[in-house]
Amino acid sequence: MNAIEAHNLYKSFGQVTAVDDVSITVKKGEIYGFLGQNGAGKTTTIRMLTGVLIPDSGTVRICDMDILKQPLEAKMHMGVIPENGTVYADLTAEQNILWTAKCYRMDRATREKKAREILIRLELDGRKDDLVRTFSKGMRQRISIACAIVHSPPVLFLDEPTTGLDVISRRLVIDTVRHMNREGSTVLITTHNIEEASALCSAISIIHKGKIIATDSPEKLRKLFDTSGFIEISFEQKITGRTLITGGISRAEPLGDKWRVYTDDADRAVKDLAKIAEQNNLKIVSVATSTPTLEQAFIEMTEGA
Amino acid sequence: MDLRMFIWSVLMVTEKDMRIYYYKGSVVIFGLLFPFIMFLTFFIGRNLDLILFFPGFLGMMLFFSASSTGPLITPWEKREKTYERLVSLPVVIESIILGDILSGAVFGFVITTLVWIAGSFLLHLPLANPSVLIAALFLGSLAFAALGTLLSSPATNTPSNIMMFSNLVRLPLIFVSGIFIPLSQLGTWAWTNMFSPLTYLVDLFHTAINGDGVYSPVLDSAVLISVIFIFVVAAKTIQQHNLLSGR
Ligand SMILES: Nc1ncnc2c1ncn2[C@@H]1O[C@H](COP(=O)(O)OP(=O)(O)OP(=O)(O)O)[C@@H](O)[C@H]1O
Ligand SMILES: [Mg+2]
Repeated sequence: MNAIEAHNLYKSFGQVTAVDDVSITVKKGEIYGFLGQNGAGKTTTIRMLTGVLIPDSGTVRICDMDILKQPLEAKMHMGVIPENGTVYADLTAEQNILWTAKCYRMDRATREKKAREILIRLELDGRKDDLVRTFSKGMRQRISIACAIVHSPPVLFLDEPTTGLDVISRRLVIDTVRHMNREGSTVLITTHNIEEASALCSAISIIHKGKIIATDSPEKLRKLFDTSGFIEISFEQKITGRTLITGGISRAEPLGDKWRVYTDDADRAVKDLAKIAEQNNLKIVSVATSTPTLEQAFIEMTEGA
Repeated sequence: MDLRMFIWSVLMVTEKDMRIYYYKGSVVIFGLLFPFIMFLTFFIGRNLDLILFFPGFLGMMLFFSASSTGPLITPWEKREKTYERLVSLPVVIESIILGDILSGAVFGFVITTLVWIAGSFLLHLPLANPSVLIAALFLGSLAFAALGTLLSSPATNTPSNIMMFSNLVRLPLIFVSGIFIPLSQLGTWAWTNMFSPLTYLVDLFHTAINGDGVYSPVLDSAVLISVIFIFVVAAKTIQQHNLLSGR
């Protein structure tokens, strides 16, 4: 049994096709990343997976329960942190968590115990009796997460949970996601932060213009583009990019005080660069070769599609 | 769908509504102060029989109090962006609609009951039919809470627009419902009031308190029950459509 199974989801709004034949299978225990540019259809997909938006066609099963036919049962098995959704500003942090826990039919003793634990984990116990109205964005997001995990959901959906958070809050959120995964939750997370996704996820889908264009482990996605590495080099003197274009180097772009040159053949490119430096009397300050990051893979895929 | 689970989800929505929306300004103003002020402006300086008009006052009280939370809740939640999260909890739109109705109905029921108790003490009101009074309180609070929830169903995240719209619908009704002129005195003009559901609630209160209702309490109750049904189905249809279009 898979934790999330979605087949052939379609959704259009007027002329815009937001999600175009998306199928997703997430195995139990996975942390599954959902990457895509702004407007790619990530939020629309998550809204359909969580029963907030009805798809034009397609099916969604959460822990083997159909989200449209057994909505209450399926929703009992998940926790959701929506992109555009928040907790009640007129309730205190603790009241929000306790009420949510009650919605998931937890008994009073368990509710109170879990609420206390989670408030401490998310470093909010000092403010638990304050109205959420008085909270900063990062604190609100943490309360939203607290509410989504209070019932230890088998499946956890997070739509850009770290956007707009500072380093500390971001780390708290990521640690919490890892913790929930270790405790048995399957996680589906969307993010713009590709490095975050590659550090966190065991599988990643890239969605572009409503279609999934690649699904694999972060490592394999990166390897797809292993042929085109780059070299970063800096010279003491100022030069123009054209100086650097030779047989082994296809493209050069400035990057701060460095140049990044792209090549299919790192060995030949390094030798070329040395030759160029010698011919032009340039002094090399630093040089480093690098394999492509997931970010590169992402950009190449979405630009090519 | 498991019935126990569904009932629980309705109650959870009601609990949330009661904790948050009973204290909102517009609920206090339109649900409590407004009917009092309307009645006082009508009575002050005139030599009217308070007991004769008390059923009309009770009807207006229940009408405004029960229908005051409904128009507020959903637009408020859409503006504050709590709606998106609410829908992802173990609830369905039927739970949200029925939960919202229940919270409005409890508000109207409690307030109107308190007003009736106060009236009974101060004016020594008669009580011709206690069971009809209970039916009136029950059906009236549900019917007009359902009206309030229906009024909030169009997709919008501007509570003030919806409050204006709902007053535009609610205000005219009080003039064609036998509140200021009892049905029995309208004579040939009585038909103008037939189309307002509030007429039947006021008539039930007349039967219950003074025993001078025009229609039979069975007819009044049947109309109110149909109205509840129609409002709930209409609200569900609209909100289902909103869920499809993602608003
Ligand atoms: N309720 C709606 N009504 C109309 N169009 C919508 C609605 N929701 C989404 N869209 C459109 O669907 C497309 C996909 O939007 P979506 O929010 O799913 O993108 P996203 O991948 O989450 O983007 P972002 O990274 O900016 O959050 C966009 O073109 C958007 O304008
Ligand atoms: Mg989004």
